[in-house]
Amino acid sequence: MPLDLVLPPTRDALAALRAGDEVLMSGPAFTARDATHARLVAELRATGELPYGLAGQVLFYAGPTPPAAGRPLGAVGPTTAKRMDAWTPELLAAGIVATIGKGARSEEVREACGRYGAVYLAAVGGAAALLASHVEEAEVIAYPELGTEALMGLTLARFPAFVAIDTQGGDLYLTAPREWRERMGL
Amino acid sequence: MVGVDAIGEAVYDAVRHAAVTLRSDVRGAMRAALPGERSERGRRVLEELLANAEIAERDGVPLCQDTGTVWVWVELGSAECPGAPLQPAVDDAVRRAYADGALRMSVVRDALLDRTNTGDNTPAFLDVAFREGHGATVSVMLKGGGSDNASVVEMLPPSAGADGVRDVVLRAVEQRAAGACPPLVIGIGVGGTFDTVAKLAKRALLRRLDAAPADAGIFAFERELLGAINATGIGPAGLGGDTTALGVSLLTAPCHIAALPVAVNLGCSAVRSAIVEIE
Repeated sequence: MPLDLVLPPTRDALAALRAGDEVLMSGPAFTARDATHARLVAELRATGELPYGLAGQVLFYAGPTPPAAGRPLGAVGPTTAKRMDAWTPELLAAGIVATIGKGARSEEVREACGRYGAVYLAAVGGAAALLASHVEEAEVIAYPELGTEALMGLTLARFPAFVAIDTQGGDLYLTAPREWRERMGL
Repeated sequence: MVGVDAIGEAVYDAVRHAAVTLRSDVRGAMRAALPGERSERGRRVLEELLANAEIAERDGVPLCQDTGTVWVWVELGSAECPGAPLQPAVDDAVRRAYADGALRMSVVRDALLDRTNTGDNTPAFLDVAFREGHGATVSVMLKGGGSDNASVVEMLPPSAGADGVRDVVLRAVEQRAAGACPPLVIGIGVGGTFDTVAKLAKRALLRRLDAAPADAGIFAFERELLGAINATGIGPAGLGGDTTALGVSLLTAPCHIAALPVAVNLGCSAVRSAIVEIE
């Protein structure tokens, strides 16, 4: 059974999650892709603080399509998380508590999740029409000139994902294929 | 006669259709894989992807938020003369299709010098070839960034043979599949030159999964590769399971006596393409 996870999550709620758990997230999350990260980290380095009230919040690696079908976003799904790896430890140190994306991450990100009590959640890539039906609101917070890469504030409603990296060093992308081969004798 | 307007309309229709409609052969392969997927998490992912295809088609919204770069391959009958330059006509069709379809603009002006968004998803990446007779075949693919990034070209020595090709394919899958949105469709090119082998792999992705290749040896090799890929345990969404790929499609070509070029172009679970025939 999937676990309900209220956003922004408490450190205790995050510490209770284990790699492989399925969660349904409800509450605020903020979209940020490559260009967004470059800007956010530049502001962080200039001021020493996360801008736009992002401390304690969740980043969703996504660049949505425009509104459609009466929903605030036509399609929104995870982009490849490893492109954000270079910035992630710094952002987790500054107060981001969880990230949502797809695909494996670096050892540095895994270690940073353990050090700061953060998690990495994997949403299903290519399921963006379904995932958009779990987004109730979307508004541009900053960098509108970046188009789809603008920082957007979303309100999620039972948005499905799997815990990929937990606070204890568990990493589903690292272990799941090997465990599956061993279990099935492949 | 086939004019640029007809080609533009074909591109427009293909983009609008492909962005919101999962290819019927891919959907069929996904449905067929579901009961055989032994991982519960893998089944959850496949169910999510099948539900996604239904929502996208019902509501006319994109299957994936990455509505890609547009690759257009026009095979033109040698009797045809479109009468005007093709690139502007194709770009105009792409511009209109992306605006009308509320698709995502995902192209920057220059890879190195100016990474500002062009704002209309142009330019399209256009190839033109000539064939005998009349009419035209317009093939269109919307290629997502994640799966294209996870693709490779390797120039093997001829002595590497089929084993070398197998190694390149499996290494690409093992190292890169998880970020390319599995279950994948895997396009492989073998032969040609450094530049053309990549195009061969991309063209392989256009082939329907329920259409067998003409050559029995290629068919057997594709089945063997699919078996090995699905024994990696990577599984749907890369989270463990049996269904890492739905199909393998391999095209071969002549090449230099010194060469064995291999390209692997990964297609994601929402591989989007359409082929339009113009009489």
